[in-house]
Amino acid sequence: MNLYTYIIRRICYVIPVLMGVSLLIFLLFNVVAGDPTVVMLGKYATAKQMAELRHQLGLDRPWFIQYLDILKSVFTFDFGRSWATQQSIIAMLKSGAWVSLTLVTPSLIITSLLAICLAFLSAFFRNSLLDRGLVMLSIIMTSISSLAYILFGQWLFGYKLGWFPIAGYEYEFPDFITYVMLPSIILIIVNIGYDIRFYRTMVLDEIYRDYVRTARAKGLPEWLVLFRHVLSNVLIPIVTNLIMQLPAFLLGTLLTESFFSIPGLGGIVFHAINSTDFPVIKAITILSAMFYLVLNLVTDIIYTLLDPRIKLS
Amino acid sequence: MDSALTPPIGTQVFRRMFKSKVTVAAFVIVLGYALVALLAYWGLLASNWSVEVGDSYEPPSKQHWFGTDIFGRSVVDKIIKSTEVAMSVGFVVSIISITIGVVLGTVAGYFGGIVDECIVWVYSIIASIPNIMLLIAFTTILGKGILSVYIALGITGWGELCRLIRSEVIRHRDREYIQAATAIGASHARKLIVHILPNIIHIVIVKFSEIFQTAIKIEVVLSFLGLGVQNQPSWGVMIDDAKIELMRGIWWQLVFATLAMFLVVLAFNILSDALRDALDPKLRGK
Repeated sequence: MNLYTYIIRRICYVIPVLMGVSLLIFLLFNVVAGDPTVVMLGKYATAKQMAELRHQLGLDRPWFIQYLDILKSVFTFDFGRSWATQQSIIAMLKSGAWVSLTLVTPSLIITSLLAICLAFLSAFFRNSLLDRGLVMLSIIMTSISSLAYILFGQWLFGYKLGWFPIAGYEYEFPDFITYVMLPSIILIIVNIGYDIRFYRTMVLDEIYRDYVRTARAKGLPEWLVLFRHVLSNVLIPIVTNLIMQLPAFLLGTLLTESFFSIPGLGGIVFHAINSTDFPVIKAITILSAMFYLVLNLVTDIIYTLLDPRIKLS
Repeated sequence: MDSALTPPIGTQVFRRMFKSKVTVAAFVIVLGYALVALLAYWGLLASNWSVEVGDSYEPPSKQHWFGTDIFGRSVVDKIIKSTEVAMSVGFVVSIISITIGVVLGTVAGYFGGIVDECIVWVYSIIASIPNIMLLIAFTTILGKGILSVYIALGITGWGELCRLIRSEVIRHRDREYIQAATAIGASHARKLIVHILPNIIHIVIVKFSEIFQTAIKIEVVLSFLGLGVQNQPSWGVMIDDAKIELMRGIWWQLVFATLAMFLVVLAFNILSDALRDALDPKLRGK
C-alpha cells in the first residue's frame, strides 16, 4: 500500500469516531439532560414562555434533526450562540484559544525540556541516590493537589510578595507577559513531576535494548550511548506524547485560568459551567475531540514516515 | 530449580512488594484511611461534623487541633468526613471502571471481529475527548451530588484499562494452553475466566490502585468547580473556601485538607509503583 492510500484510509477511520462523539454529545445534552428552559427562565416561567424559548432554541424539533444539527456543526464549525452571553461561540473560542496559547506554549515547552533533561540525568545515574531522590521528589510533587499549588502560589507571589499581578489579563502583546508569568510557573510545577517520571520510564525502556548493548560493547562511553543512540530513538515517542498532550493541556489550565481570571478556553469553560451554558460546553467538547483526532492522525502519519519499522497495513 | 522449594506465586509477589519499608508504610497509610472512612461511614467518627464547636475561624489549638471554619465547625471532623467521601469515590469509581474495562477488554480481545470493532469504536470516542471535558459534560448533565461523581468518573475511567486488557488477551488467546483447553472441550467462559484472567489480573491490580488515586484527585477538582458533592464536606470544597480565607491569614483549612489528600495520594502512588515492580516480570531488575 502506498502512503496516499494509507493517509486516506486513516482519514476515513476518523469519521466514525467523530460521528460517535457527536452522538455521545447529542445523547448527553439533548436526551439525558433535563429541560434547559427551566434553568434559564427560573421557576416563575409560564408554560407559554417555556414553549417559546424551546422553539427559539430549536428543542421542539424531531430528535434526528437535532442530532444532524450537531453533526453538521462538526463540519461547518457553526456552533450557534452562547445561552449566557448571546455571543457567537466560535468567535468566543477563537479569542479564548489565543489567550490560552500565550499561557500554555511557554509552560509546555519549558516543562518538556526540563523534564526530558532531568529524565536523562536520572536514567544516566540510574539506581543512584540522585535518581531515587528525583523519582521520589516527582512522586511527591504529583501527589499534591494542583489546587494547592495555585492557591499557595497566588497567595505567596501575587499577594504576599507582590512580585506578579494577582489576577487579570491584557490582550496586547508585551503587556500580557507579566500576567502570564506566575500562572505559567505554577503550570510548570504542577506538570513537571508527572513528565519526569513518564520520560524516565521511556528512557529506561529503551536502555535495555540490544542496540544499546551493542553500542556499549563497542566501547562507547555511557553519555554518548544515551545522547546519541537512545535520545534519537526516544525522540519520536517523546514528540508524539507532547503533541497528543496539547488538547488536554489547553483545557488543563481550567483551574489556573479561573484563579487568575484569564479569559482563555479554561476560563470560558469555567463560566459555562457556572451558567449551565450547554452550547458552549458542547462546542468545546466536540472541538477538543476533533483537535485530538487531527493531532492523532498527523502524528500517526509522521510516525510512519520517520520510522521504517512500521509497515503500512 | 527444585519446584518444591519455590514458594507459591502469591507469596513471592508479597515478599517482593514489601521488601521496602516505604511500601509497608504506604500500605499502612492506605489501610488507616480506609479504616477512618469506614468508621465515619458507620457514624462512629465525626458524625456531628456539622455542629458548631467554637467561634468562627479559631486557629489550631489544643481544643481544636486543626482550628474551626467560618461556622465554627471543627476542621478535624470535616477532614475525617471528607476522607469518607474521598475513599468512597475512589472505591466505587475503581469498581465501576474496572468492571467495564475488564469485561469489554476481554470480550473484545477474545472474540475479535465485529464485537471487537464496536468496542474499539466506543473507547476511541471516550479517549478522543479530553478527560476533564468529558467529566464536566457528564456532571453538568447528571446534576450535582456524589452519585453523579461516581457515574461520571466510572464511565470515563475505563478506556485505558480496556485497551491494555484487550491487547494482552489478544496475545494470550492463541497460545498453546488455550488450544489445549479447547481440545478438551472447555467453553469460552471457562477459557476466559479460568485460563486467561489469571494471566492478566496483574494489570487489573495495578490499574485499581491508579484509578483509585486519580478518582480522589478528580473528586477534589470537581467539588472545587461546584460539580461534586453537596452538603457534605470535601477536601475540594475546603480548598475552595480557602480561596477567600487565605487573604485574611486563615491557612488551616487549606493546609490540612491539602495534607490529608497529599498523604493518601502519595501512599497510593508508592503502592502502584511497588505493585507494578512486583507483578510485572518484564520490569524486574530495572
